[in-house]
Amino acid sequence: MSKVDNSRRNFIGAGAVATAGLVIAPGVTLFDMANAKPAGEAASSAKRWGMLIDSSKCTPGCNDCVTACGKENGVASTGHPQTDPQWIRKIELKELKSGRSHSLPMMCQHCAEPPCVDVCPTGASFKRADGIVLVDRHICIGCRYCMMACPYKARSFVHEEHHDQNPDVPRGKGCVEACTLCVHRVDNDQQPACVEACAAGNKDAMLFGDLNDPNSEISKRIATYATTQVRADLALNTGVRYQGI
Amino acid sequence: MNIDSFRKIEQSVFYALVAVIGLIAMIGMGASYYMEEHGHVVTGMNNQIVWGMPHVFAVFLIVAASGVLNVASIGSVFGKTIYKARAPLSGLLAIAMLAGGLTVLMLDLGRPDRLIVAMTHYNFKSVFALNVILYTGFFSIVAIYLWTMMDRKMNGFSKYAGFGAFIWRLALTTATGSIFGLLVARQAYASALLAPMFIIMSFSFGLAVFITVQSVMYRWNGLVLDEAVRRRMKNLLGIFVSAVLYFTIVYHLTNLYYAKQVAFERFILLDGGIYTTLFWVGQILLGTLAPLAMLFYPDAAKKCNMVFFAALLVIIGGMCQIYVLIIGGQAFPLSIFPGMTESSSFFDGQIHSYSPSLPEFLLGLGGVAIAGLITTIAVRVLHFMPEDDFRHIERRVITD
Repeated sequence: MSKVDNSRRNFIGAGAVATAGLVIAPGVTLFDMANAKPAGEAASSAKRWGMLIDSSKCTPGCNDCVTACGKENGVASTGHPQTDPQWIRKIELKELKSGRSHSLPMMCQHCAEPPCVDVCPTGASFKRADGIVLVDRHICIGCRYCMMACPYKARSFVHEEHHDQNPDVPRGKGCVEACTLCVHRVDNDQQPACVEACAAGNKDAMLFGDLNDPNSEISKRIATYATTQVRADLALNTGVRYQGI
Repeated sequence: MNIDSFRKIEQSVFYALVAVIGLIAMIGMGASYYMEEHGHVVTGMNNQIVWGMPHVFAVFLIVAASGVLNVASIGSVFGKTIYKARAPLSGLLAIAMLAGGLTVLMLDLGRPDRLIVAMTHYNFKSVFALNVILYTGFFSIVAIYLWTMMDRKMNGFSKYAGFGAFIWRLALTTATGSIFGLLVARQAYASALLAPMFIIMSFSFGLAVFITVQSVMYRWNGLVLDEAVRRRMKNLLGIFVSAVLYFTIVYHLTNLYYAKQVAFERFILLDGGIYTTLFWVGQILLGTLAPLAMLFYPDAAKKCNMVFFAALLVIIGGMCQIYVLIIGGQAFPLSIFPGMTESSSFFDGQIHSYSPSLPEFLLGLGGVAIAGLITTIAVRVLHFMPEDDFRHIERRVITD
């Protein structure tokens, strides 16, 4: 029996696999992308979005996160500091005894037990299954009870008309608003604008991720290092945690 | 002047009064339209002081509305005859003041056009939503109560309706106090004490309003209130004012005992500027000590004016008390990081400033005018005049 030369068959086989790969792969990728967030799919409680802020990496005077948030969400100054909304702000802290100072960004802490949701008469303040606390601008009546209830001064009332809005982030006079954790970006598998800006400035003081996934970077860091929930005495189980204070 | 010409003049005075009160109410509505059109940027309220002057007026009116019904309750539920004669007026004032207070609260909303949303979407964990139900229920139950009192066929049900209204009003004021009492974030609030404190405040403010209105009505009709009736009502007011003082003392003493609350107490009691002045001069001196001295002055019952002015002072003191509670409570900054000083572009760690603007003051005054308008017209067209046994009432002779 003569020896069979398999090289031709191997070539045809490899060619078939490669062709199949080329044909199917983009479809699979597209299917995966489409499958990741079909339009109208509800947020899942399997995830809990959160943030870890390392105040030792946050520099006083750096406002990158605030600027990025303003640009992304169309929150701009109107020249009325008392009434201008602030979704995220930098707070400078100094310990009374030691004089040690800290600089950190403060925003909605996306509590698991949010007081703003408890007090809202119409249910406009709500928490998504994935832990993001939002305001439904269709049913917010502008009573500001949530602002009275929030321990972090995280909510702002829109005191006047705002123009040049981002279509993804509609805002309206007479309603209350706050950090949405850039929900429109998160639902597109992107990071919140503040986190991205902090990383772009090589500060890396802000880490965003899924607190429910033990393998996520944020969960690993929280499991390894001492972290703090602001006003932990209120037992609100915040989604935003701090390191270094 | 004979009685006919007196009636003619009285009629013109009535229309003039309705026109003036109506005008104030219209100006209030205009102010709310202005705030609505331009946004709350035209008010003194901001992202630090989120509830302002309209809320002071609204809370006073709502608290006093539930308290003024007490006069009826003492008659119907506890069977005191002199209070029974005053029950219809007490019910009317309760409805009128609640209407005025709710109008102010509603027109101050960022989106008053969404009233229908507030009436159709309820978050039952919110004490605010519970209040919406309690307020609307209060209107109905007091209206039924008035019907049982004013329609002879229904008189038999009056006691039951009165009892229902009494329980309802206690629930309502508990819920109003709890709007503040359940706020965990702020040092001025987050206390179960606020619920009973609001109830006793309602007793005091409500009775003061009743005495004031009753005095005006008697004066208008040329009648003099029986001294025994006046004595009982002024003694009761004195007891209520003392009880508010007691609650105020307990509120501040408990706060002073907690180390974390001391800075807040220092702010209100010592160095809070306008809030300290309003507390000591407005609430304590003018609203508590002065009326107590006037009410318990020997022979005070014989002096119509003294009781009337004491009641007026209780009302002024009550407004000051609510101003200090609502605005002063927000002016003191949130303690987000205890043990550290805080500073930011969002005014963290600073005493927040508030200067009430004219539109919000006019809106509040508009609410009082609405209550006044309802009362003035109702007492004219229906029988609300408290009538005691006329053997004890001396009618002033009207002569030329």
